[in-house]
Amino acid sequence: MASNTIAGTGEKQQTLLGADELILNMGPQHPSTHGVLRVKLKLDGERVIGSECLIGYLHRGVEKIAENRTYQQFAPYVDRMDYVAAVSNGLGYCEAVEKLLMVEAPPRARVIRTILTELQRIASHLLWLGTHALDIGALTPLFYCFREREEILKIFEKYCGARLTTHAFRIGGLQYEAHDTLEKDVERFCKAFEPRIKDYEDLLTQNRIWLGRTKGVGILQAADAIALGATGPVLRASGVKWDIRKAMPYAAYDQYKFEIPVGATGDTYDRYMVRMEEMRQSRLICLQAIENIPAGPIMAKVGKVLKPPPGEVYHSIEAPKGELGYYVISDGTVQPYRVRIRPPSFVNLQSFDHMVKGHLVADVVAIIGTLDIVLGEVDR
Amino acid sequence: MADEPKEQQPSGVPAGDKPAGSSAPTSTPPAKAPAAAPPAAAPPKPAAPPPPKPPVQLQTPLNNELVGRVRAKFAAALLEAIEDRKQAILTVECGRLAEVAQYLRDEEKFDLLSDLTAVDWPRREKRFDVVLNLYSFAKNERLRVKARAGDGEQVPSVAGVWPTANWLEREAFDMFGIIFAGHPNLTRILLPDEWQGYPLRKDYDIIEQDTSWVKENLGIESGQ
Repeated sequence: MASNTIAGTGEKQQTLLGADELILNMGPQHPSTHGVLRVKLKLDGERVIGSECLIGYLHRGVEKIAENRTYQQFAPYVDRMDYVAAVSNGLGYCEAVEKLLMVEAPPRARVIRTILTELQRIASHLLWLGTHALDIGALTPLFYCFREREEILKIFEKYCGARLTTHAFRIGGLQYEAHDTLEKDVERFCKAFEPRIKDYEDLLTQNRIWLGRTKGVGILQAADAIALGATGPVLRASGVKWDIRKAMPYAAYDQYKFEIPVGATGDTYDRYMVRMEEMRQSRLICLQAIENIPAGPIMAKVGKVLKPPPGEVYHSIEAPKGELGYYVISDGTVQPYRVRIRPPSFVNLQSFDHMVKGHLVADVVAIIGTLDIVLGEVDR
Repeated sequence: MADEPKEQQPSGVPAGDKPAGSSAPTSTPPAKAPAAAPPAAAPPKPAAPPPPKPPVQLQTPLNNELVGRVRAKFAAALLEAIEDRKQAILTVECGRLAEVAQYLRDEEKFDLLSDLTAVDWPRREKRFDVVLNLYSFAKNERLRVKARAGDGEQVPSVAGVWPTANWLEREAFDMFGIIFAGHPNLTRILLPDEWQGYPLRKDYDIIEQDTSWVKENLGIESGQ
């Protein structure tokens, strides 16, 4: 048996047939890497014995840009990190700066923020479901998912004029009053959406190929998930019932009833089930929220020039992909002294190596998909 | 009460407010100009927010049970315990960071390292703050731990305590050039390995780049 040392670990690895291990480069242009992720796989035949993620192809220096912009000028930049869930990014940033300023958005703004953010969660999960299923070989769900996602993007467009990089919220509240048909649009979407989740489940949940490709693939135990810092659906699928919306409520989440779905084994199938259930719960939150949107102002009293008193704050929200944290330091000037963004995708991607070991090359694609990463956020 | 903000001010404000602010605009006129213009043009507007500022003491000393236990265990290694906007911040001696981390994880149940990052205060004697944001599932509590490190000083790695620190420390090394002792693989993570300079340092300008790398690898004069 030939033995090789895995770089960095010094660990000896034995290959089955005594062949030399094969290094396979995947990406950065591989379609299943969902962007520009490059993975170096160490293979023993078809089996993965080690991996290394090479990232940074989309690095734009977002944190450096933040230090050279005013607080408001930086707000649109955060939409360009997780560009499939721009609304959630904006919510996290606005709330972090509001905490720094010690102001609170008015109740009406908070409810509208909650509605849009939950719609964004559904849209983000739909995009994940469509592309993840496509990667594994199920072509149909993609078209269904994009059909529903389109409805959500239309609501965003009606609300603020943009579909993807929305910049929907402002520090202190909202810039735009809700359009007249917001409640009706959201209600119509939610009504139509329920049977459609069932359609996706009919296509996949009991599908033998789907089960074969996802059950037992990329298992992440709860203890490992915590140690590796995984959050969001990845952590919950491992059985840890932790959701920042419940643990440390922000926006208007404390007013609504919803469940936190958890998995048991932490495999790819569990992560699929958790995200499916999260879409249902988000739909319920939206329905509760549109029932009673409080009247009143949509903007707190904040100056045109924001100069938060010196100090620092860490604020995180439950973004569709996990814990999205903003650590903002003010030195009392109009520009932040430092903005640190804790991206869920970056941290979750670190679990990849742990999950992929021992699996086949074809499973690598399933595992990249199940982590639901967006490279714009990994690289910032 | 009074000495805490002072701790923060000489390190924070002079570093950030004047020198860093004055060094940045010289090279970034387009970014700074619109930012600087509004406050000068519209002085009556911000007149509303300032009044509550002076009386409010935002950084107050923190003295809860957790701080008591950490102090009992680490004594002088706990340099400072403050609260800023209801968030607890402990500053510990840099050399004992890994020990404190191990204690906080095992005894105080801060089992999730949410984030690890750094902040540059170039005017301070020890210019870097290594900042850990911890979370405890059992207590539903957050805690921030800071360690001050000078340029080139080795900071004990906490990757052995929380494996998630592996990439986070690599990022801090990549962006600030902080050396984490005992890290399994301390290499650049977002920037190319051969890149010269540490972009998130305050003395690294916003349009600065490793021109020789750009020229060699991209075949262009400048990435701008």
